Amino acid sequence: MATAARKAESSKSAASRGKSSARSKSASSLKTPAPLNFKKDEELQAYRDMLLIRRFEEKAGQLYGMGFIGGFCHLYIGQEAVVTGLQMALRDGDQMITAYRDHGHMLAMGMTPRGVMAELTGRRSGYSKGKGGSMHMFSKEKKFYGGHGIVGAQVSLGTGLAFANRYRDDKSVSLTFFGDGAANQGQVYESFNMASLWKLPVIYVIENNRYAMGTSVLRSSAETDFSHRGISFKIPGIQVDGMDVRAVKAAGDLATEWCRDGNGPVILEMQTYRYRGHSMSDPAKYRSKDEVQKMRSEHDPIEQVKQRLIDKKWASEDELKAIDKEVRDIVADAAEFAQTDPEPDASELWTDVYVEV
Amino acid sequence: MPIEILMPALSPTMEEGNLSKWVKKEGDKVASGDVIAEIETDKATMEVEAVDEGTIGKILVPEGSEGVKVNTPIAVLLAEGESADDIGKAAAPAEKAEPAQNAADDPAPEKPAKDAAPAAPKTETAADPDIPDGTEMVPTTVREALRDAMAEEMRRDDDVFVMGEEVAEYQGAYKITQGLLQEFGARRVVDTPITEHGFAGVGVGAAMSGLKPIVEFMTFNFAMQAIDQIVNSAAKTLYMAGGQMGAPIVFRGPNGAAARVAAQHSQCYAAWYGHVPGLKVVMPYTAADAKGLLKAAIRDPNPVIFLENEILYGQTFDVPKLEDFVLPIGKARIHKPGRDATIVSFGIGMTYAVKAAEELAGEGIDVEVIDLRTIRPMDLDTVIESVKKTNRLVTVEEGFPQSSVGDFIASQVMQRAFDWLDAPVITVAGKDVPMPYAANLEKLALPNVAEVVEAVKAVSYKA
Repeated sequence: MATAARKAESSKSAASRGKSSARSKSASSLKTPAPLNFKKDEELQAYRDMLLIRRFEEKAGQLYGMGFIGGFCHLYIGQEAVVTGLQMALRDGDQMITAYRDHGHMLAMGMTPRGVMAELTGRRSGYSKGKGGSMHMFSKEKKFYGGHGIVGAQVSLGTGLAFANRYRDDKSVSLTFFGDGAANQGQVYESFNMASLWKLPVIYVIENNRYAMGTSVLRSSAETDFSHRGISFKIPGIQVDGMDVRAVKAAGDLATEWCRDGNGPVILEMQTYRYRGHSMSDPAKYRSKDEVQKMRSEHDPIEQVKQRLIDKKWASEDELKAIDKEVRDIVADAAEFAQTDPEPDASELWTDVYVEV
Repeated sequence: MPIEILMPALSPTMEEGNLSKWVKKEGDKVASGDVIAEIETDKATMEVEAVDEGTIGKILVPEGSEGVKVNTPIAVLLAEGESADDIGKAAAPAEKAEPAQNAADDPAPEKPAKDAAPAAPKTETAADPDIPDGTEMVPTTVREALRDAMAEEMRRDDDVFVMGEEVAEYQGAYKITQGLLQEFGARRVVDTPITEHGFAGVGVGAAMSGLKPIVEFMTFNFAMQAIDQIVNSAAKTLYMAGGQMGAPIVFRGPNGAAARVAAQHSQCYAAWYGHVPGLKVVMPYTAADAKGLLKAAIRDPNPVIFLENEILYGQTFDVPKLEDFVLPIGKARIHKPGRDATIVSFGIGMTYAVKAAEELAGEGIDVEVIDLRTIRPMDLDTVIESVKKTNRLVTVEEGFPQSSVGDFIASQVMQRAFDWLDAPVITVAGKDVPMPYAANLEKLALPNVAEVVEAVKAVSYKA
């Protein structure tokens, strides 16, 4: 019965949702936009936001080394422009969801460095009361939906957020992040199919940092142009220089508008790079030191902004140092807080398993 | 003040390592991100990067040192303007890596108490609502009861919607969603592609943002494709989020064996999902329970697995005609009171239990039959109360025998009511084989009434 029922009349039932709103633009009409010309305040904001992520991550690495942070810890160093530029394109109500390399996303969404760091150290003032850790953190208030430890699972979940946005017709957009590694999971394509079929407002941000743990995209992916991964589902995609925050913001503006106009999902392949290993215990022997050094010296997202600020005389070295100090102080405060905040009370073992009815 | 550089931990389990090489020498300037040393762990040789800027003032642990404990100072970093003379005033970035003591700890606790887990809190579950005298009882099939429950809840709350394969235009593969599309429209009755893993995740994501999805699996056999989203996303999010957000979602559909659909379409998932904290698992037998419990499941703010059965869909039971008939999740129902022995079952297992009790009554054995109704949280109190009265227990289910629901009940009864048992508990379950196709073999693989009768006689020493 079951199998027979599946086959029967499958074509007939295709229609009820979404078909009425015909695609207003063709998928091929999306082109990678030119990087924006940032105004002074935008450059300064981007500089500060990216620097906060970098310094936070460096401190997290240090606290890991000291044993304050346990388990797995995946740092975002090198990829800061992706989340910073996209956050600049968001509106109130838009959501983010990602996998376990998530500290940068949380800071970008306005979650406090203290709360994030205290979760990393497993303390009671962490965003999840110390029960989630680095890979599992959430903020309902800031519309950050995790922090997920299973590679690819967040893609279906983020598509579900977009489903709810459409159900409520509230014009919010779900930014669903995943890496080049997750891009080979089956549920990604199940989600693409439904998102396109139902015209869901979801931006699939593929953070292509070239390595799925230790496996390069060339060794893992038959199609290495990830912006093409939606072709079978009529989802347009563009490749973006994910090391240039202005290019990311331009792509974010284009994609959010595309979604808010009811055109359905869109893919942004962010070409980026992680400087550190996959996790703290990864010696990164699968790539050359020269490769890492080249990205650092020629494409660093923070240095690019810094150089422009100096070239345009929008900020002096001293002013930038002052920003650096402000950021260091915030991170030092977060680290101090995260080391002194008490562990969760033992009674928390049993809380939050169920919502009490 | 100079900064001490400490021997870092470089994996979740590292306690010590070998300092194989210094990349920087005393007097070298370093910037954050510069590699300063190489350390060999049990897994690999790792590079250590500087966090702070400064000049290497002194190397405290020479290269080639083995077994250097994590957090041992290995070098001193001087900031701008400091000299080697400042060494000695060095401060480690933090005192030590011991986690801060719990502020709420008693300063002088009893010795072992600190590491002992606190007892699980006990929760009370409400009893079934009273059905007023004179309430009309309407003969209803389980199929109709399930449909009515969904329709009533969808009328009550616009956040409730149903999605799954063939739920809308086809009217449900088993006709459980019949008429819902016509009443509620395509926005709320959503046909999905054949994509269990994907739409389970979409449902959980929608639930995390506050909607209340009812996700229908054409059968729970297909939900194995989606079990990661059910267990890792739906069940655990509330805990992982410290209570900020969870997944108010119902996963429902037929479960277990139907008839002659063989191994891949004939599995009971009660024990599987019953294993998972964060999930509630409901498996009704009667139409009234199906209706009242499905309504409760839809209103429940937690993820609920609602296990139905294709053979039961067409069976008719009385359902009270009440405006809003909701039953408590987590409460067993005494289907038939008795004195001599207790049979605990649930879902389609109840059909064997009820017939066995009738047969045994003819032989003078008065059996109490308990319909568990909910697998998790399990109403063991009702079971144990019954065992204290009858002193004999048989469990009945169609699922596989190892780590079955009956196994769990037996172990709990042994731990909590050992002195009341007059015989070892017998667990009647499906045979420990994949479901065969051949009619005779299928019959042999499932439990049957004779086995239940025999088990009750065995625990009563009347075999």
